[in-house]
Amino acid sequence: MVNFMYEERRITAGIIGEIDHHNAAMMRRKIDMELKERVPEEMVFDFERVTFMDSSGVGLIMGRYRLMNEIGGKIIIKNASDRIKKVMKLSGIDKVARML
Amino acid sequence: MKNEMKLSFLSVSENEAFARTAVAAFVAQFNPAIDELADIRTAVSEAVTNAIVHGYKEEKGYVHLTVKVSDDRVVYIQIKDSGCGIKDVKRAMQPLFTTAHDDERAGLGFAVMESFMDKLDVKSKYGYGTKVNMKKILLSSENEEY
Repeated sequence: MVNFMYEERRITAGIIGEIDHHNAAMMRRKIDMELKERVPEEMVFDFERVTFMDSSGVGLIMGRYRLMNEIGGKIIIKNASDRIKKVMKLSGIDKVARML
Repeated sequence: MKNEMKLSFLSVSENEAFARTAVAAFVAQFNPAIDELADIRTAVSEAVTNAIVHGYKEEKGYVHLTVKVSDDRVVYIQIKDSGCGIKDVKRAMQPLFTTAHDDERAGLGFAVMESFMDKLDVKSKYGYGTKVNMKKILLSSENEEY
């Protein structure tokens, strides 16, 4: 599940539950709809309520990173647990997105 | 062997969560550390997703999962499919290599399995299927039951 929060030119996607290949497809559709509609300058992924993530989560972030790059915006990753960071670091995504 | 289980399920993406949860529930009886269990859950998720997304693609077939736990607390997991197989296993195992760009696969499946488990072995026959064997040594003592 994804909850959205809006502040001026920023969208925060609060992801709830497990991010795997099955769930990522739905999350991707929802987030992309918001991005296309609002064209924000910043897209924040909030991982506070994520209970599981495999490399599908990395695919989800990398895809949105590309999209945000196209529209000249940036990605911020918030509240990722050490475990989630471990998966992200294998991809090097921590080098292109800001981690809070 | 202390205990063993086998599971076969259809290659639908809903079963990714089922498979990793089932394996975690089985291994939980050996009182693993929370991190060890999370490592196993993540690695199983990657291997099963590979079988479904890459092995069987649009087709439906069975994914076979075996978990064995030895007396010295070593967990052996095998995930097998009879899908299309991998042409070049060495290349497929390189981080960020993927053939499923449209599906936004990060190409990290094997890298995650390798870094979260103690041993990873991938055998594949092109056109016939893939077998992934993983090993995880549970470090925490069994006597910690309370």
